[in-house]
Amino acid sequence: MTGRLERSLTYVVLVAAAAFALYPLGLILATAVQPDAIGAAGGIDLGNFATAWREGRFGTYLRSSVIVTACVVVLATLLSSLAGYAFGTMRFRGSTVLFYLLLLGLMVPSEAIVVPLYYDLRGLDLDNTYVSLIFPQVAQSLAFGTFWMRAYFRSSSREVVEAARLDGAGHLRVFWSVLLPMGRPAVLTMMVLFFMWTWNEFLLPLVMITDEGLRTAPLGLAFFKGQYTSGTSLLAAGAVLVALPVVVFYLFAQRHFIRGMVEGSVKG
Amino acid sequence: MAYLYLAPALLVFSLFLLWPLLHAVYLSFFEWDGLGVGTWVGLANYGDVLTDPDLRAPFWHALVLVGFFCLVPVTIGLVLASLMTRTAVRGAGFFRSVLFLPQVVALTVVAVAWRDIFAPQGPLNDVLRAVGLDSFARGWLGDASWVLVAIGVVGVWVGTGLCMVLFLAGLSNVGREVYEAARIDGAGFWRELVSISVPSLRGEIAVAVTLTMVAALRTFDLVYVMTGGGPGRASTVPSYEVYQRAMEKGQVGTGVTVALLLTAVILLATVLVNRLAEEKE
Repeated sequence: MTGRLERSLTYVVLVAAAAFALYPLGLILATAVQPDAIGAAGGIDLGNFATAWREGRFGTYLRSSVIVTACVVVLATLLSSLAGYAFGTMRFRGSTVLFYLLLLGLMVPSEAIVVPLYYDLRGLDLDNTYVSLIFPQVAQSLAFGTFWMRAYFRSSSREVVEAARLDGAGHLRVFWSVLLPMGRPAVLTMMVLFFMWTWNEFLLPLVMITDEGLRTAPLGLAFFKGQYTSGTSLLAAGAVLVALPVVVFYLFAQRHFIRGMVEGSVKG
Repeated sequence: MAYLYLAPALLVFSLFLLWPLLHAVYLSFFEWDGLGVGTWVGLANYGDVLTDPDLRAPFWHALVLVGFFCLVPVTIGLVLASLMTRTAVRGAGFFRSVLFLPQVVALTVVAVAWRDIFAPQGPLNDVLRAVGLDSFARGWLGDASWVLVAIGVVGVWVGTGLCMVLFLAGLSNVGREVYEAARIDGAGFWRELVSISVPSLRGEIAVAVTLTMVAALRTFDLVYVMTGGGPGRASTVPSYEVYQRAMEKGQVGTGVTVALLLTAVILLATVLVNRLAEEKE
């Protein structure tokens, strides 16, 4: 038991910390629903979202983000699971070297590769395409993903695998119909992290994309300011639209977000 | 057989991560504007980064940010996690979710929000004026001696929840009886923090330090959106320098070299932190 004074102090500190964490987000939400026109009556105005969506072109930006994020999550999940399965359940020559090579990908920051990547892809006329956003992010995500899935496949029960094999299931069947369905929580956590990383990525699209129609949501937001200097509410509405998908997802699946960040980094 | 499962991942990984990394090393030996033909300059770009004050400054700025992004959140996170472990808090789940929330919001959005807070007529200055500290009110992001502090505060805001959640997970593994024994011996909050929490959280602290330190060293989105490296060059950081030199100023060789040195710093710091943590165990 702790004393009454300490209990109260604990609550005071926690409430203060929570207020600090929420204030900037609340501020932007409050700005977003303010009527923009000077002299307009107070109250809540949801029109800013519609204006940001159409005239601010956030509809287009969000569409780009959805396309890129969906492709990255699906591809990275598939490739990481396959590679993790090989590392976790099979013995083969060079497995240690290859695994450390992939681990290197966890450590190299995207700053180091984004510039040469731009010139490589420009040489192939692939800059300014979704491809230039999707594959580099798949590569970065699968470094973590392989690591994560390897840990899952290693911990998966030997007996289950052997029973399935006795029933005549091949490697691919064991992988696809037995282990992967059993590992749904681990796979979901990984997908949640891929989703968040890809959706929030800024530097890569900044370097690769000049065509306004292909801008992702964070990129559109960063350039929005320059065009509409007077529209603070519009900017805030745009910011809310950019943050909303991940935040809503977080509210429903926060276990996965927190588990992924905690376990993913502790194992790393 | 195993290679079939690995092939797709390794192919994408080699083409879009390993190859560009090698290409970066190659480019760092040239002076190139991104368009014409490059000139071989050997190690001159590396020499420039080490001697040119304009290129060294971003690294010092990053070091200042490490203090804010890393040391402050780790300390606050430790205190919060210990408080929540000592007292059975009602709504613990709520506090955890709310404090972790800044981690999942896109940094570009975070930057837009905090740019408003720090604005000359923004809420921070309103508060200062309201309590009579008018002389303290300023355009925080336009003041060369305060701009890094301002960005640092944002780093504290982003990182604290992550540290707390990591530490809470670690402390849940410490047996209740350890704490109860300490209580019986009359240990107070600080004593408990120093003698039980910190030693048993060694691994988690190393992880938290690594994650937040790497985030600080890689700061880009915040600087790009909030200050553009300004005023003057007061808030330029390595990643921002990479982008500006390589993509805007036609100094690809210099930009890539800064990026590689940043990578080296990150690798070294990561290894060092984990060595230290292991040694003490």
